Amino acid sequence: MAKKLPSVDVVLVGFGWTGAILGQELTDAGLNVVAIERGGWRDTPTDFAVTFAQDELRYYYRHALFQDPLRETVTFRNSPDQTALPMRKLGSFLPGTGVGGAGIHWNGQTWRFLPSDFAARRHNTERYGAQAIPDTMTIQDWPVNYEELEQYYDRFEYLCGISGKAGNLNGQLVDGGNPFEGARRRDYPNPPMQMVYGPTLFGGAAKEMGYHPFPAPSANMSRAYTNPLGVTLAPCTYCGFCEKYGCGNYSKSSPQTTVIPVLLQKDNFELRTNSEVLRVNRDSSGQRATGVTYVDIQGHEYEQPAEIVILCAYILHNVHLLLVSGIGTPYDPRSGEGAVGRNYAYQIVSSVNAFFDDKVFNPYIGAGALGIAIDDFNGDNFDHAGKGFIGGGYLACWNTNGRPIENHPTPDNTPKWGSKWKSAVAKNYLRTASVSTHGAVMSHRNNYLDLDPTYRNAYGQPLLRMTFDYTDNEMKMSEFLTDRAADIARAMKPREVKVNARKGHYSIVPYQTTHNTGGTVMGDNPRNSVVNRYLQSWDVSNLFVMGAGAFPQNPGYNPTGTIGALTYWAADAIRSQYLKNPGPLVQA
Amino acid sequence: MPLVLNRRHLLSTGAAAGAAAALPYQRSEGHVISGEVPWAPGDANAPEFLQGDGYQFLTEAEVAFLNAAVARLIPADDLGPGAKEAGATFFIDRQLAGPYGQAAHWYMQGPWETGEKTQGYQSRMSPAELYRTAIKSIDDHCRKTLNSRAFAALSADEQDQTLSGLEKGEIKLTDVDAQTFFDLLLQNTVEGFFSDPLYGGNRDMVGWKLIGFPGARYDYRPYVGKHNQKLTFEPVGITGRPGWNPVKS
Repeated sequence: MAKKLPSVDVVLVGFGWTGAILGQELTDAGLNVVAIERGGWRDTPTDFAVTFAQDELRYYYRHALFQDPLRETVTFRNSPDQTALPMRKLGSFLPGTGVGGAGIHWNGQTWRFLPSDFAARRHNTERYGAQAIPDTMTIQDWPVNYEELEQYYDRFEYLCGISGKAGNLNGQLVDGGNPFEGARRRDYPNPPMQMVYGPTLFGGAAKEMGYHPFPAPSANMSRAYTNPLGVTLAPCTYCGFCEKYGCGNYSKSSPQTTVIPVLLQKDNFELRTNSEVLRVNRDSSGQRATGVTYVDIQGHEYEQPAEIVILCAYILHNVHLLLVSGIGTPYDPRSGEGAVGRNYAYQIVSSVNAFFDDKVFNPYIGAGALGIAIDDFNGDNFDHAGKGFIGGGYLACWNTNGRPIENHPTPDNTPKWGSKWKSAVAKNYLRTASVSTHGAVMSHRNNYLDLDPTYRNAYGQPLLRMTFDYTDNEMKMSEFLTDRAADIARAMKPREVKVNARKGHYSIVPYQTTHNTGGTVMGDNPRNSVVNRYLQSWDVSNLFVMGAGAFPQNPGYNPTGTIGALTYWAADAIRSQYLKNPGPLVQA
Repeated sequence: MPLVLNRRHLLSTGAAAGAAAALPYQRSEGHVISGEVPWAPGDANAPEFLQGDGYQFLTEAEVAFLNAAVARLIPADDLGPGAKEAGATFFIDRQLAGPYGQAAHWYMQGPWETGEKTQGYQSRMSPAELYRTAIKSIDDHCRKTLNSRAFAALSADEQDQTLSGLEKGEIKLTDVDAQTFFDLLLQNTVEGFFSDPLYGGNRDMVGWKLIGFPGARYDYRPYVGKHNQKLTFEPVGITGRPGWNPVKS
C-alpha cells in the first residue's frame, strides 16, 4: 500500500533539462514544486571530476551515466509483423538517468528548427503538390510557429551561453552565420569557439563550392559566461570528452551548470532522487490527475498528490508512463486511430571519412559541438522537385573526439584486425577529417510506440515496444546528403575518401543518435495529438508532457534547442494563463 | 476543483519525507535534496583501482587461448607491441570477473529468441559465460579438425584462418554463435589496447603511443590554433604515467 504524502502544487516527473527549467520557472511563480528523479544525484566535482572524467571505457563502453536496461528498456522490431525483442544492452541511443538526465552527456549542439519545419505538411504541399507526401507519411504541422517560439529559443540560448554566430538578425543576413536560419532578435550570447583545422578546411572547401559554412552553435563555452540566473560556466578546454561524458570543467551547459545551483536554494523546491514514478493517478472522472505513485530504492511506494503533474522524463519514458497509466488512446497503426505512441521518429545519419597524407588534424583536440556546418541541404533550403523525398539535414565537419576505442577510422578494404588493420589505424588516426550528415526523419504510419505484450521491466510493468524502420523518403534523402558530403570531402583534396552510407534496415545495435522523438506529439486537435500547443494533455488538463515527444516529426537538427524553447513556452503558458484559469488552454 | 496556490513548506511535512531529509546524503539510496547542492568531503565517485596481479576469472587454458587470439587480432610487429603485450588478456579477465562480465546492467529476462540482426544481442549468456563456452568450443573444434591441437598450439596462419572462420560465421560452434563471440572478443581486445591503463590493458600506453593519442589530458587550449602541426605529447593516464608518480617504497 502506497504511503500518501502531503499534496504539492506541482510534481515534476524526471529532472533533466525540462524538469530543471520548469522547476525554476514555476517556483518563481510561487508554486511549491517537487521533482522526482529515478536516478541518483550527480555533480561535477564528485561524479565527473577532471581527475577521472576522461575515461572512455567507463563512461561510454560501460555506460556509467546512462539508463540501466536491467531496470527499464524497450523492445524493438522493424515492422509490425515481427516479434519485438528486448534491447538487452544500450546501442543506437543512450537515454540518460539521474539528475541532469541526458543533459549531462550530450554534445551541446544547440540548434533552432527552420521556420518551414514547423509547417512540414502545408509548406511541402504548397511547394511540391499533395503527391509529394505519400499516404503512409503521417507528418503534420506544428501547432506553434517559429515566430512564436523565437523568444523562448533566445531564453534557452542565453541560459546555456551558446557559442555561435547569428546569420539572420531581425531579418538582416549576417556574413559568416547561417543564412538559412529564422530571424533571431539578437546574436548568440557568446562568440563561436576557436576552430581547429579539419572543420576550417571543410569550411573553405564548402565556401569555394558556393555553400554557406558557419560555426555550429555550441553549448561548449567559448569564454567564461555568467547566465541570467547568475550561474557561471568556465571556458571550454577542448579536451574531447563531451558526448557520453560529463564535463569536468563546468564548460558544457547542463542542468547542473546552469539552473540547479539556484533552484536547489529555494525553499519551495524539493528534489527526490532514486525514485521511479510508476504511474500518473487520476480521479474518478478520469479527466483530472491527482498526482503520481512512485517507488524508492528500498521498494517503498509513495503517492504524491499534486495540483499539476508534468512529465519531464525522456520521451520513451513519458510515452511509457501515459500508456501504463491508461491516459489517452494508444495508437493503432491498422486504423490510424489513437494518439499515444503515434509518430515516433528518429534521425538518419551517415558520414564520409577523408584520409590525408600531407595534413595533421589532431582529433583529440575537440569539443562536443566544435565544428563547421552547412545548412544548404537542410529542410526546404533547396529545391526538392524531382528528388523523390522531402526534408534534409545539415552537413558538418566536427572535431568532437579522438577517443581511440571509438574513433580509429580506416580506409576502404582495410581488414578489421591483424597487422594491416593496425598499420592503417596508426597511419590514419591523426590524418583523417570526417564530414557527417544529420538528416530528418518524417513520421510514418508504421513507426510507433506501444506496450509490449511479453516483456516486463523491473517493476513488473510491460516494456515500451518500439516499431521503427527508415522508409524510402529517409533512404533517398540520406543518399542525397551523403553524396553532397562526399563531394565536399573530395574537394578537401584528400588521398582517398570512404563513404559510410546509411544502408539497410534501421538497427538498434550501433550508436547513431539519442534523438528519439514523437509519441506524445503536439497538434491542433485530440485526434492527431496527445498534447495541445502548450504541451497540455487533451485528456487531462492538469497534466503537461515536455520533451521531444512533442515533435510531430523530426527535422534535420539536434533536438535540445527546440526542447528548451518548448519548455519555456509551456512554462510561460502555465504561468500567464493556466494559473489564472485552470483548465484546457485550447478547446478541443 | 480550484487550483490551490497557497505557498506551503514541504520540508516539515510527512513522516517519510521528513525522515529521509534528516538522513545524511547517500548516493545509493532514494533521498530528499533541498536547500543546497549536496557535497561531502571524500565523496568522489572515482573509478575503482585494480587489486592484485593474478587472474580472477580465466582458467589456464582460457589464458592460453586469449594470449594467442589477441596476439593475432592486434599483433606485435614493426610498429610496436600488440594486444598481448598491452595486457589485453589481463584486461579481459578483470572485465569478465566484474559487473560487465556478469551482464549486471543488461536486460536478461526471457523469453529468449534469436531475432533479426537489427534487434541486437539476444543470447542468454553473460559475457563471462559466452567466453567460457566459446573458448571451449573453439578449442574442441581445433582439436577435431587440426590434429588434436588447441587453438593456442596452432601456427599463426592456422590461427588467422580460424579467427577468420569465426568472424565470417563459417565455423559453427556448439552452444554459442561464432560471430557473436568473435565480435565481442574483437571489441574487448580493442578496449584492452586503447582504454586507460587503469583497467589493466594498454600497458605503458602502447596503444596510445602507436597512434599519437595523448591520453587523459584536460586542456588543449594553447594548441587549438596550431593547425596542421604534429604535436608531441607524452601520453598520460588517469593514474599518471611511469616516471611521473612517486616510487612506492
